[in-house]
Amino acid sequence: MTLAELTALLRECAGEDEGVDLDGDTLDTPLAELKYDSLAVLQTAGRIECDYGIRLSDDAVAEAHTPRLLLDFINESLAESRAQAAA
Amino acid sequence: MTSATAPRTAPGTAPGERRAGTAAPVFTGIGVAAPNGLGTRDWWRATLAGESGIRPVSRFDASGYPATLAGEVPGFDAEARIPNRLLPQTDHMTRLALAAAEEALADSGADVGQAPDLTAGVATAASAGGFEFGQRELQALWSKGGQYVSAYQSFAWFYAVNAGQISIKHGLGGPSGVLVTEQAGGLDAVAQARRHLRKGSRLIVTGGVDGAVCPWGWTAQLTGGRMTTVADPAAAYLPFDAAASGHVPGEGGAILVLEAEAAARERGARTYGAFAGYAATFDPPPGSGGEPGLRRAIELALADAGTAPQAVDVVFADAAGVPSLDRAEAAAIRAVFGARAVPVTAPKTMTGRLQAGAGSLDLAAALLSIRDGVLPPTVNVRPDPGHGLDLVTSAREHPVRTALVLARGQGGFNAATVVTAAGS
Repeated sequence: MTLAELTALLRECAGEDEGVDLDGDTLDTPLAELKYDSLAVLQTAGRIECDYGIRLSDDAVAEAHTPRLLLDFINESLAESRAQAAA
Repeated sequence: MTSATAPRTAPGTAPGERRAGTAAPVFTGIGVAAPNGLGTRDWWRATLAGESGIRPVSRFDASGYPATLAGEVPGFDAEARIPNRLLPQTDHMTRLALAAAEEALADSGADVGQAPDLTAGVATAASAGGFEFGQRELQALWSKGGQYVSAYQSFAWFYAVNAGQISIKHGLGGPSGVLVTEQAGGLDAVAQARRHLRKGSRLIVTGGVDGAVCPWGWTAQLTGGRMTTVADPAAAYLPFDAAASGHVPGEGGAILVLEAEAAARERGARTYGAFAGYAATFDPPPGSGGEPGLRRAIELALADAGTAPQAVDVVFADAAGVPSLDRAEAAAIRAVFGARAVPVTAPKTMTGRLQAGAGSLDLAAALLSIRDGVLPPTVNVRPDPGHGLDLVTSAREHPVRTALVLARGQGGFNAATVVTAAGS
């Protein structure tokens, strides 16, 4: 998953704060500064789980404070899921 | 912190309570989302013109249901009125409440939202919560599975959701909560606001905006047995008419800013009027033969305001539109005031019954009646003379210094509120 894909899902699932530029360089901007609280991230993670058929641990999602950390975790989970499917 | 149970004059009473308790709190802001007008100005103009917002349901296909009419708020553009972040997490009626709260606070000119403010709070009323949102998510639950249910379901369908969202959006960090007494709630919430002011708050955003015009809400309300099945918008909701057949439900209501009198005076606020008296009673058990509690609520509210019945210039009726309930309300009004002794009106004939929004919208109408010296009409109704009421069937020029607003909630709730011209 790319930053652009994650941003699109965040927008769709949790909206977009009028004072935030989501199309800028947000990779290491804390999600809280992007005005996404834990519930917004939980909602988006739930959507990713449904779309990609994976499970994301709530604790790990809660610890991912930036888009980069969240993407790393999601992409790790996707890779594991693919590896399991291939095995 | 002051104790909720301490009498106002007891030693240890918070200074704020003593100061605020010396004069009735005042209304300084009004925000409206009503089926016959979005925004106070549009709604009040339509109301005085007798323009009804009752029409065939448009929010869902109601053609297969016994009742097909509703009062729906016109011209509401959620994308334009609600912050984008709040759209995925709000029911339609919460969006209406947020718009009304924003209008009310702007109207009041009060300085809120700069920082978390512990002296300003929220007291709203609700009857069902966000049913339309809840229905969508419950459908996702049983058709697709729990992982498809929105995380925002965790609060979006709660009774307290409007109070919470208004509190967060405007930085109102003081006491916050919700009253759930069906249609009486729109008055009970404002009384709760008065309690907070007596305990030291300076400002409470209060009132009710409600609505459940969706299949789930419709089905729930139909089981209440009080909805009309008449399909002609001009003949469906006819309280105090011999042809009364039940009510049309609607969405919307009003959000009001209620302030401690001293706080409003200190900042030079324009005031619409004072919250002078209030009482709530409960009906005796069904079938017990006891008198309904409405007369007692009226008498207690007048006593609370220190107002004689002769001083009341207009009564805003609950106006159930159910013959037995209309008879009971008319009897209560006659018992206190005498037959045809006070003008009675039900502008909700233009909006339908708004559940927890109704009493608050009637309070807004009462305050503007005081301001403008005019009584809004009860439309479409040919008054049954047997009720012995002076029903206002077209807008009437009439000086108003004191208005009585009544609301009954299904399940036995009665509330009565007296509002007076500021400085009365």
